[in-house]
Amino acid sequence: MAGIQQPPTVLPAGVPAGLPGSGQASDGHPDGSQPGSHPGIRRGRAAAFIRRHKLAPYLMLTPALIGIALVLLWPLLQVVIYSFQNYSLMQITGVAPTQWVGLANFTSTFKDPEFWLSLRNTLLLAIVVVPATLIVGTVVGVVLNRLGKKMAIFVSTAALMAWATPPISAAVLFYWLVNPDGGVVDWVLSKLPHWLVGSTNWAQYNWTTTGAFQAYVVIAVLVVWQSFPFIAVSVLAGLKTIPGELLEAARVDGASSWRVFRKITYPLLKPIFLVLLLLSVIWDFNVFAQTYIVTGFPGNQNEYNLSTYLYDKAFASMPPSYGLGGAIALIFALILLVITIGYVRTSVRQGALT
Amino acid sequence: MSAQSADVGALRSAAGAKTGRVSAPGARRARTNRRIRWAGLNGFGVIIALATLFPLFWMISTAFKSSNDIYSLTPSLLPSHWTLGNFREVISGQVSGIGSVWLFFRNSLAVTLSTVVLASLVSLLASVAVARFRFRLRASFLVMLLIVQMIPAQALIIALFLDFKRLNLLQNLLGLVIVYAAQALPVSIWMLRNFVATIPRELEEAAAIDGASSFRIFWRILFPLVAPGLVATSIFAFITAYNEFIVALTFLGQAHSDYTLPIYVTYFFGRGGAEWGPIMAASTMYTIPVIIFFLFVRRRLVGGLTAGAVKG
Repeated sequence: MAGIQQPPTVLPAGVPAGLPGSGQASDGHPDGSQPGSHPGIRRGRAAAFIRRHKLAPYLMLTPALIGIALVLLWPLLQVVIYSFQNYSLMQITGVAPTQWVGLANFTSTFKDPEFWLSLRNTLLLAIVVVPATLIVGTVVGVVLNRLGKKMAIFVSTAALMAWATPPISAAVLFYWLVNPDGGVVDWVLSKLPHWLVGSTNWAQYNWTTTGAFQAYVVIAVLVVWQSFPFIAVSVLAGLKTIPGELLEAARVDGASSWRVFRKITYPLLKPIFLVLLLLSVIWDFNVFAQTYIVTGFPGNQNEYNLSTYLYDKAFASMPPSYGLGGAIALIFALILLVITIGYVRTSVRQGALT
Repeated sequence: MSAQSADVGALRSAAGAKTGRVSAPGARRARTNRRIRWAGLNGFGVIIALATLFPLFWMISTAFKSSNDIYSLTPSLLPSHWTLGNFREVISGQVSGIGSVWLFFRNSLAVTLSTVVLASLVSLLASVAVARFRFRLRASFLVMLLIVQMIPAQALIIALFLDFKRLNLLQNLLGLVIVYAAQALPVSIWMLRNFVATIPRELEEAAAIDGASSFRIFWRILFPLVAPGLVATSIFAFITAYNEFIVALTFLGQAHSDYTLPIYVTYFFGRGGAEWGPIMAASTMYTIPVIIFFLFVRRRLVGGLTAGAVKG
């Protein structure tokens, strides 16, 4: 649920996990038969009842189930319902009745060129940022693994700081970096020779309003900056599980770094890469805070991604249309569900349910 | 050794390394190569670190600059003279017009800490249930967690907004705590259940035989042993709540005095004609605490959060 790698946000949520050093292994107790049957002194009828009917696990799950059901599952169901209704301010206040409108919200969404534009922006961002993050993160992870201890701590601390930066802070900061009035990026570009940076007049170049492309260049760099550390740290953790002699030996024998990576590291870390790939896709689809700030929401409609488009239709447009917003949310959720199923299947295959 | 036979060689010399069989000229060449690589690697490491740190450095540097420095035609790395003026404006609340940064700091802290406590308690209970008992629908519950943690807040925000409006929990920090805690649950339960599973069951059984009550067993035996896991999930819940944007943005609306830090920074940023000095000062005050927090828990964070991907 966390936003983008907010990052951290975003975290390796629920990756089938064992914490390192915990010597975790799937617990092999064939204990199913007598859950919670401590032969202790029985206390009270209620306790006896709970024990007899094996209610303990259900009782312990209840608070979590209530929270998840009320805040995650029920709203999801409601959104599905809204998406087939004409739900808006009039219906909330009771001025007009709520009506089922069939697929009207979906057809008008599909007819809206803004929807396709925002879908395109979302897809392009993911197509660029996912591989970029994975490549940069992997390279940094591999380098971290080979650096001396002090140097590795220095580099990983730097990366950690980028990762720790809240998305809103990072977005406002990048907006300032590329600001046409006093931003340092334009100043540096204007000082560089033309053969390197082209003949554009970079002084006072406006990254955020010139066009969707320029704005998304900024967003892409921002998202990569915030999310590569997580990939790097995950890859590093994976590399630690590969016996050092194996890599060292290959290197001594003259194998190039690339070859070592392709023939040894990659095959061994493939499961990690698969999970990281899926998580990255999900995160990069969800980017909201960064696009909200960098595109100056609700300023430039042609710079929306699916998240900001949805937000605009549901809250910023007049009148707000919850039905339309619901339809967009559903389309959005369905796209993510496809990716999520891939993620869940991978996790289950890796033994997550034990 | 030629590149073609490198992977065979890798295996062979892995065996060779054990017996210490490495030819002398090969060793010398390897040493030279290693030295060049070492320099290259460290140079690369420094570049990565500096490039990564630059934006944050610029944020802090801007926060201490005067307007003259900030809008100078040739930006300088460090302020020509350091000033606390931007921070003073942010703290007095004059530039934002909605209050001192401390107010929003307090709001964020209250929401974040409440979320951490609530999410930890609830997920600890649930994780013990999942790790210690085999019951019907256990696997379904786990799969459900995996799926719901992927539902983006954007998809739910409309329904959450309308529901919490009906409950009168919109312009209210409690509403945020409830949503954040629930959002943190799936991941927290996943992480904690692995910790609980590693605790030897015999400990609890021994205590039970000695006549300890369930509560006592939980509190005196299970709890101390899962504490490291709780730290990891607390960090996760902390980040979720401290960074959260879309729900706070939607829920808080015009309730300025309830703004959390990200909404405050956004409001400040979105106000026309805001000066970059105070905005960067506000961002700095929002960012630095969480960076310091991260550095403190660095070890655990790196271990705890990445462990999952490693199991493979």
